Amino acid sequence: MTTVQEVQERVHIPLVHPRLPRTAPVIVAGIAVALGLLLLVLGMGLVPAVVIAAVAHLVVLPLWSVFVEGRRGATDRMMTGLIWATFLVAVVPLVSLLWRVVAKGAGRIDGTFLSYSFFKTQVDQPVGIYHAIIGTLIITIGAAVISVPVGVMAAIYLVEYGKKNKLAKAITFLVDVMTGIPSIVAGLFAFAVFTLVFGPAYVSGFGGSVALSLLMIPIVVRATEEMLMLVPDDLREAAYALGTPKWKTIVRIVLPTALGGILTGITLATSRVIGETAPLLLIAGATDRTNMNPFDGAMTTLPVLIYGQNLRGDAPAEAIAWGAAFILIIIVMVLNLVARIVGKIFAPKKG
Amino acid sequence: MSKSIDVSDVNIYYGDFLAVQGVNMSIRAGAVTAFIGPSGCGKSTFLRSLNRMHEVIPGARVEGKIVVDGQDLYGPGVDPVAVRRQVGMVFQRPNPFPTMSIYDNVLAGLKLNAGKLKKSEADAVVEKSLRGANLWNEVKDRLNKPGMGLSGGQQQRLCIARAIAVEPQVLLMDEPCSALDPISTSAIEDLIHELKDEFTIVIVTHNMQQAARVSDDTGFFNLKATGEPGHLVEFNPTKKMFANPDDPSTEAYISGRFG
Repeated sequence: MTTVQEVQERVHIPLVHPRLPRTAPVIVAGIAVALGLLLLVLGMGLVPAVVIAAVAHLVVLPLWSVFVEGRRGATDRMMTGLIWATFLVAVVPLVSLLWRVVAKGAGRIDGTFLSYSFFKTQVDQPVGIYHAIIGTLIITIGAAVISVPVGVMAAIYLVEYGKKNKLAKAITFLVDVMTGIPSIVAGLFAFAVFTLVFGPAYVSGFGGSVALSLLMIPIVVRATEEMLMLVPDDLREAAYALGTPKWKTIVRIVLPTALGGILTGITLATSRVIGETAPLLLIAGATDRTNMNPFDGAMTTLPVLIYGQNLRGDAPAEAIAWGAAFILIIIVMVLNLVARIVGKIFAPKKG
Repeated sequence: MSKSIDVSDVNIYYGDFLAVQGVNMSIRAGAVTAFIGPSGCGKSTFLRSLNRMHEVIPGARVEGKIVVDGQDLYGPGVDPVAVRRQVGMVFQRPNPFPTMSIYDNVLAGLKLNAGKLKKSEADAVVEKSLRGANLWNEVKDRLNKPGMGLSGGQQQRLCIARAIAVEPQVLLMDEPCSALDPISTSAIEDLIHELKDEFTIVIVTHNMQQAARVSDDTGFFNLKATGEPGHLVEFNPTKKMFANPDDPSTEAYISGRFG
C-alpha cells in the first residue's frame, strides 16, 4: 500500500528547472575568444590558440551547466557545442578555399584572359585560357554524352527489369567497384585502348572523354538507381492498370517522376569529373593552341593547364593558374545552380 | 459495354506458395460484386488476378480459367496489356501521377496508349470522365493544377475518372474507400451505384455495411486455417448473403462473431 503522503509526492513533479541564462553560450564564447586573444598576445601560434579557445568553450559551458541544470542539460550543451564545432571544421576549409581562389584569381580575369589562347603569333601578344575553357567544355560534354545514356539505362535495367536477379547483383557489385577506380587507372585504360586501336602517341579530346566517362558512369548509375527506387510502385501499377506497356510506363511515368533527382545526380557526376587532371594528362595531352576537334590532336583542359602553370612556378604563370581555378569553380557552381533550378522545375508539384 | 466474368478452378500462387485455391464464380455483367473476408484471405490477390496485375509481382502466377466476353484471360498468346485496357482498376491508396495536372491525369490512359488526341476530343473525355466520377464541379476551374493537390477523397475520385476515361468493360476496386473519411466514402458509394449501368464492377471491401449497401452479389473468402490457402466460401446475392447465408462461417463472419 502506498500512503497518501507518497502519492502526493509522486503526483507533484516540478516542471520548472533552473536554467542557465539565455546568453550563457555567448558569454562563454566571449571568454573563450578573450582567452584565445590573450594566448596570441603571449606569442602562441594562431592554430593552437584557436584550438585551445574552442576546447575551453566546449569544457566550460557544460561544466557551468552541470552545476546549474544537471546532467541532462550539460550533455545537451556539450553535444550542441560538438556539433557546431564539427560543422565549423567542415565549413572553414571550404570557405577559406573559395575565398583564396576568388581573391587570387578574380583579379586576373578580363576579356583578353578569356578570349586568347597560349599560342602566340607575335612575341608581345597577351595570353589567355580560352583553349583550356574550350577543352574542358568539349571533353566534359563528351564524357556526359557517353555516360548519361549508358548510366541511366543501366540503372533502368537494374531497377525495372533486373529486380535483384543474379545479373543485376553482379552489375551492382561491378558498379560499386568502378566507383572506387583511381582516376589514373581510368586514364591508363583509355590510353591503352586508343593506343591499341590507333597506334602509339595517339592523343585526343575524345580519349579524355572516354576516360572521364569511366569515372562518371558509376556515379550516374548509382544516383539514377536511388531515384528510380524512390518512385512508388503504386504509380507503376496505376499505369499498368490503365493498359500501359511496361516500357511506356517507364518512359512516361517513372522517369518524369524521378527526373529532378536524376538530373541532379548527373550534374554532380559532371562536377566530379570536370576537375580531373591525371587521366587527361595521359590521353588528352596538353597544347597551347585552341583545338575544336575532339577526335584529333591534343586538347588542354583547365585542371591540366593549372597543373602545367603550377609546374612552371613563375609569377605570371601562377596568376594564370589562379585565374583558371577561379573559372573552373565558376563553371562548377553554374552547373550546380542549373541542376538545382532544373530539379525544381521537374520535381513533382503539389497544390 | 459491360461484360460478365466466368471464373473456373482458379489457383493463385506467390512463387511456390498457394495463396488462393479452387475459386469458381460467375460475376454478372452490369452488377456490383463485392468480396469480403478477413485480412490475408486472398480477396485482393484474386481481384488482381482478374486483370493480370497479379503477375506484376516477381514469381507470382495464376492457374485456371478466367473468361471475359468469351475469351480466357490466361489463354496462350493473350497480351496482359490488352487485358488491362479492358479491365480497369482502382487501388486502395489514391495514386494520381505526381508529374501531371488533373487534366493530364484523366487523359493519362488515353495519351499513354493511343498517342495524340484532338483538343476538343480530349476536353470532352475529361469532362465526361470527371462528371462520371462526380468530381467535375469541384475541379473544373483548376484542371491545370497538379492532381496531388486534391484531398484524399478527391484524389481517389480522380483515379476513378482516370480508370473510366479509357472505357473499360470491367472496373475493379481494391478497398477504394479504406483510406477515406465517411463523406468521401459516401460520395464514392453513390458513384459506384451510378457506374454500374456502364461497367461491371468488382469491389473488395473490409466494411460489411459497405458491401451490403453497394453490391448486388457478394463473395465471402476465408482461410481454411492459418497457413492454408484462402478459398471462396460462399457466393450469393447480397440480400441472401446478409439475411440467410448458406454457410455457417459466413454468418459468423457477417454477424461479427469472428474476424
